[in-house]
Amino acid sequence: MSLAIQEVADTQVRGLIRRFGPTAVLDGLNLDIPTGSFIALLGRSGSGKTTLLRTLAGLDVAEQGSVIVPPKRAVVFQEPRLMPWKRVWENVALGLPYADARERAEQALREVELSHRIDAWPLTLSGGEAQRAGLARALVRDPDLLLLDEPFAALDALTRLRMQALVAALWARHGMAALLVTHDVDEALLLADQAVVLQRGQIGLQLCIDLPRPRRHGSPEFAALRSELLGSLGLTAEEAA
Amino acid sequence: MTEPVINLAAGGTWRRAPLSFKARLGRFSLQRAALRRAATPIAFLLLWQTASSLGWLPPRAIPAPLAILLAARDLLASGALIHHLAVSLLRVLAGLGIAVVTGTTLALLAGLSRLGEDLIDPPLQMARTLPFLALVPLFILWFGIGETPKVALVALGATFPIYLNLFAGVRGADPKLVEVAATLGLSRGALIRHVILPAALPNFLTGLRYAIGVAWLSLVVGEQINADSGIGYLMMDARDFLRTDIIMVGLAVYALLGLASDQGVRTLERTALAWRPAARLGR
Repeated sequence: MSLAIQEVADTQVRGLIRRFGPTAVLDGLNLDIPTGSFIALLGRSGSGKTTLLRTLAGLDVAEQGSVIVPPKRAVVFQEPRLMPWKRVWENVALGLPYADARERAEQALREVELSHRIDAWPLTLSGGEAQRAGLARALVRDPDLLLLDEPFAALDALTRLRMQALVAALWARHGMAALLVTHDVDEALLLADQAVVLQRGQIGLQLCIDLPRPRRHGSPEFAALRSELLGSLGLTAEEAA
Repeated sequence: MTEPVINLAAGGTWRRAPLSFKARLGRFSLQRAALRRAATPIAFLLLWQTASSLGWLPPRAIPAPLAILLAARDLLASGALIHHLAVSLLRVLAGLGIAVVTGTTLALLAGLSRLGEDLIDPPLQMARTLPFLALVPLFILWFGIGETPKVALVALGATFPIYLNLFAGVRGADPKLVEVAATLGLSRGALIRHVILPAALPNFLTGLRYAIGVAWLSLVVGEQINADSGIGYLMMDARDFLRTDIIMVGLAVYALLGLASDQGVRTLERTALAWRPAARLGR
């Protein structure tokens, strides 16, 4: 397969096939991520969500199909994955080819409200702080495509809510395309324009989320979309509650 | 030792005590602990001195602590101790220097490329099983009886721990962080500099600590054969004149040197690995 990096902002996946042993995790998958859109990728575990994200990040090579991605991509992983031997700002600035890398890093850290920990060692950060540093490291690269691999899964409920709001605000301000891999239907409905459910290696459901922002959990439209998404994941709203 | 360790030790109670009191209590119990730990060695020395003074210990076999102290003073005053100490230190430093350069180079070559591993690792793994001190007769034949065989013995012995630990450290770098480096677009050189080498540094320092231990051991062996200077020579010479007290001084000097160099590496670890929580706690 080919991973073509082109000077376009739209991401395009066509006929993507990826096998692990005899089973095809991705089996002829097609997906478009237009500029400025926010897509949430859902699916049961093992449905290939992370494999797709890793393919777009260039970390995984699929057997067949074509993938066109914009040149500037950034990943936020489930664990913060900071270099423990580099201070927070050095982590954010790592690999930046600019002379003013430190200023850019500080600016990004301000955006994620982490100015007070610029010189801290990563192992002294709380889970939420470390994840915000990871987010700053992605933002500072000014990506056309932001790949989020369950970035809130390991956080406590309150921290998760604040991080979700932060990501929503940053996405609105920067206007990059975002792909969020998540298990959490509510999180998808809170953040994304479109929810995509992976089933048997292909897109099982593509759902437009046309709710006004900022969104709230309580509204009837929210509940309707929620049960539709849960249904496609094989759950009823009662089971998920 | 710093506060957190103390607090861990004193914080076993669930009832809230004023922090300053707790800290005071902690400091007090720390001092008491230090005293307790010093008690046995001090008691041992007192007992030893008493036994010697009462004539229970033959001075030829085991001189009294005070006699050893006096011998050390004489050796210091004559300048002999300093001279031999300097010679020994230089030998260890030269040998260690060679070992660090060789061990690091080989470990990086083997750790960073498959070809390097296939070429370098098998012979080193084979050589490491050889008791290297058994090479002394060969070294004397090859290098004569000057400085070379002694430095070479130290260098050879100290190379292995550095190689083995650093190689393991380079190979053990967290693949998740390597992946991050790929998404950040780091070049191979930048990946090695920013991710792999810092990840391997703790292992390198562990290796260095072992290497220093081996270096002193090799020196002891090297200096007892065909040497005309160094702490080992001082001890061998003393044996010919039945000066047990000087032999004891030599032993004490070796012990202090070992202790000091270990402390040196610990200090190095605390600065170089400041990012580790363990380093901040002073362990």
